[in-house]
Amino acid sequence: MASDAAEKVVLDHDDLRRTLVRIAHEIVERNGDRPFALVGIHRRGAPVAHRLATQIADFDGRVVPVGEIDISFYRDDIGRRPVGEQPVVHSSSIDFDIDSHVIVLVDDVLYTGRTVRAAIDALFDYGRPPSVQLAVLADRGHRELPIRPDFVGKNLPTSADERVNVRMQELDGVDEIVLGSTDSPMRAGGS
Amino acid sequence: MRHLLGICDLSREQIERLLDRADSLAQLSERENKKLPTLTGRTIVNLFFENSTRTSSSFDLAAKRLSADTVNVRASGSSVEKGESLRDTVQTLSAYGPAAIVVRSPFVGAPGMVTRWTSAAVINAGDGKHEHPTQALLDAYTLRRRLGELDGKSVWIIGDVMHSRVARSNILALTKLGARVIVCGPPTLIPREIESLGCEVSFTLDGSERADVLYVLRMQNERMRDTFIPSLREYAARYQINGDRLGAKQLLMHPGPVNRGIELSPDVVDAPQSLITEQVASGVIVRMAVFYELLAGRGEPGSARKRATAVAPTREGARG
Repeated sequence: MASDAAEKVVLDHDDLRRTLVRIAHEIVERNGDRPFALVGIHRRGAPVAHRLATQIADFDGRVVPVGEIDISFYRDDIGRRPVGEQPVVHSSSIDFDIDSHVIVLVDDVLYTGRTVRAAIDALFDYGRPPSVQLAVLADRGHRELPIRPDFVGKNLPTSADERVNVRMQELDGVDEIVLGSTDSPMRAGGS
Repeated sequence: MRHLLGICDLSREQIERLLDRADSLAQLSERENKKLPTLTGRTIVNLFFENSTRTSSSFDLAAKRLSADTVNVRASGSSVEKGESLRDTVQTLSAYGPAAIVVRSPFVGAPGMVTRWTSAAVINAGDGKHEHPTQALLDAYTLRRRLGELDGKSVWIIGDVMHSRVARSNILALTKLGARVIVCGPPTLIPREIESLGCEVSFTLDGSERADVLYVLRMQNERMRDTFIPSLREYAARYQINGDRLGAKQLLMHPGPVNRGIELSPDVVDAPQSLITEQVASGVIVRMAVFYELLAGRGEPGSARKRATAVAPTREGARG
């Protein structure tokens, strides 16, 4: 995906790597010896969760279970926008016992909080985790629900007509977070 | 997509999107809680004018797994099968404000007519000898999970193609997904010009040993008022798939219910190559995917609901 002129890179490849390392350390520090697992929210939360798990394995030596969760069926805007605009994402996969793990939900951008609300709902259909934490690469503000992240890569104060695009090597061929503007105030770049 | 009336209306992209959506639901069946909140508060009517166990239960379960409320209406062999009564029935049921109406009818085109009388999404669950789109989608889904992409795979559809809406929908779906389809059966049970759907025709099983998939149709005794075959025994001798005719690496499919000993020998039904129970399991998630794709993008059904609420205050007023 080529960056167009209206975009500003706020985190480049190296920044992103350092940010992931820091979040990984914070997660380990917060949870100590309690067993925890990372669950990425599709789509871009999933590669972020896997990266964090790799970092933790590198410096801590522990293997953290990683799951992925698809929130399509838990959205609060079902029936409010054409389904054709929504991508079909891959299935949820949580193949560890969530009742015995602190769950760290992982997403790329935190915006209105509605995606996180849906993800928490989805998670509880798998079981009853002892606690749920939230890690995001970027927090762009404009919350519409009482949701707050536990681990933040970067706070990015934005206006509603700006968009935050997180690009991950695995999906987009490049690691970066860019700030762009859009004429229509779309809910692009996280919700 | 507003309605699902037939595979003939769908592009390859639309079919693949439905199958991808079903894929995203697959893990659900391994979960303890198999229910999703997606269609909470919506109503789905299952209107079956023909006997059916697995299709109607599959639609019912799919709707319930998405938290919709279901109303199951069965009307077989009565005056309700006449055109005008179908319209009355649909208009009556539309007063419940259903988000979708699933229709099975012995008459070709009945689901298409239903779309004119309701604002609900209409799903064809089998209309006469015409189409049975969700069956073809679940078959394609089951095969794709086993074989990956279907491009270049060869599928033999064997048996009573003449009376089979399953065959018609499957020929369309599988060829759109890139598979080569050969229909096989006695000449009396192969409709003329079936090739126009994109398949090839064979009157014998010669060559079927090279197929990737043998899709065997049910001999529909209830539709056999005329003599299409000399006897079921002769049919079985020439076309029954048994242990000798099913290769170790071939896959076996059947839309059910199986006549054991006629189109399939009893041993192959439970053979490791058989996907028959997988087909049934796939039915629920594929129908969930259909409901999702048709309903998640649209709001409350408009006119039917308004009509229903418009009637109620009048009655209240009359009483008061």
